[in-house]
Amino acid sequence: MSDNTLNNLPEGFKGMSHDMASDQTAFKGVQWGKVMMWIFLLSDTFIFSCFLISYMKGRASTVVDWPNTSEVFSLHVGDTPVPLLLIAIMTFVLITSSGTMALAVKYGYEKNRKMCAWLILATAIGGLTFVGMQAFEWSKLIHEGVRPWENPFGAKQFGSFFFMITGFHGTHVSIGVIFLFIYARKTFRGDFDSGKRGFFTTMKSDYVAIEILGLYWHFVDLVWVFIFAFFYLW
Amino acid sequence: MNETQNKEQVNSTHKIAIYLWIWGLLFVLSFFSYMVDWFAFQGLLRWSLILIFMFLKAGLIMAFFMHLFWERYALVNVLLWPMTAIACFIVLMAAEAQYTVFTRLLYFFIGG
Repeated sequence: MSDNTLNNLPEGFKGMSHDMASDQTAFKGVQWGKVMMWIFLLSDTFIFSCFLISYMKGRASTVVDWPNTSEVFSLHVGDTPVPLLLIAIMTFVLITSSGTMALAVKYGYEKNRKMCAWLILATAIGGLTFVGMQAFEWSKLIHEGVRPWENPFGAKQFGSFFFMITGFHGTHVSIGVIFLFIYARKTFRGDFDSGKRGFFTTMKSDYVAIEILGLYWHFVDLVWVFIFAFFYLW
Repeated sequence: MNETQNKEQVNSTHKIAIYLWIWGLLFVLSFFSYMVDWFAFQGLLRWSLILIFMFLKAGLIMAFFMHLFWERYALVNVLLWPMTAIACFIVLMAAEAQYTVFTRLLYFFIGG
């Protein structure tokens, strides 16, 4: 659909009823792959919501005190324990990588191949750093005796929720990092400029793929915002 | 002039300043939410601050990094209305948790 006709469509809720009642495409001006990614992210939202809601239910219904996350996740700098230090650094690393991804999408659409590729690579390295720090955090807690069925700090449910929620999120980050490296390579090679056909598809590569990958990566950051608020800070 | 404007919209790029501003705001908000823990606020103040910063960050990421601010309402509404189902689920499970903790207190400690 050319942009000219898109600009002539009604805006707002009127536009919504117009789009939904129209022929062929409900999501006008949105590439189908992008819609598919959004639908996937919506279903992923429900999965993460179920984890966080079950965490809420478990934490609210236990009669034993919940471990003080501020102390459990503190790091020692010299001799003084700094509360949540590693988690704060992880948060900043993930936001940084989200920012570089947003810029990569922008430069991709401007067909600035080199800039786009370097920014995707920076995003991938940020994600890798995040996963590395999470592995460190996991091994630290496992050394301290945190298990899915018990822990030395308080309510037994703590461990299972921790490993489940951060593990599922870490898996998302890891998968994202793999795709970021693949896409960095594709961008450096110029696939999105030449329209080279992909490995699994006969369709021509296009810079919209960077935006779709970006949506996934921002979603991973978005989920971390909720995990940080509910699991670590609450 | 008109043509270049159209072209920019086809490529749907936005000024770099928008991204840098949102990026900066996310850093500031994350710093604030970390400060909530640093100063060890407790009770209602802690929970409301955590929620405010969380929703602001989530909103900024979705609106600008994920471009929802610039999408048509058809897509935006399809994505956001299902969240009301999650809100209902939260309310239901919160009520259920109250009941569970009540029965546990009753049978573990008081004896039913």
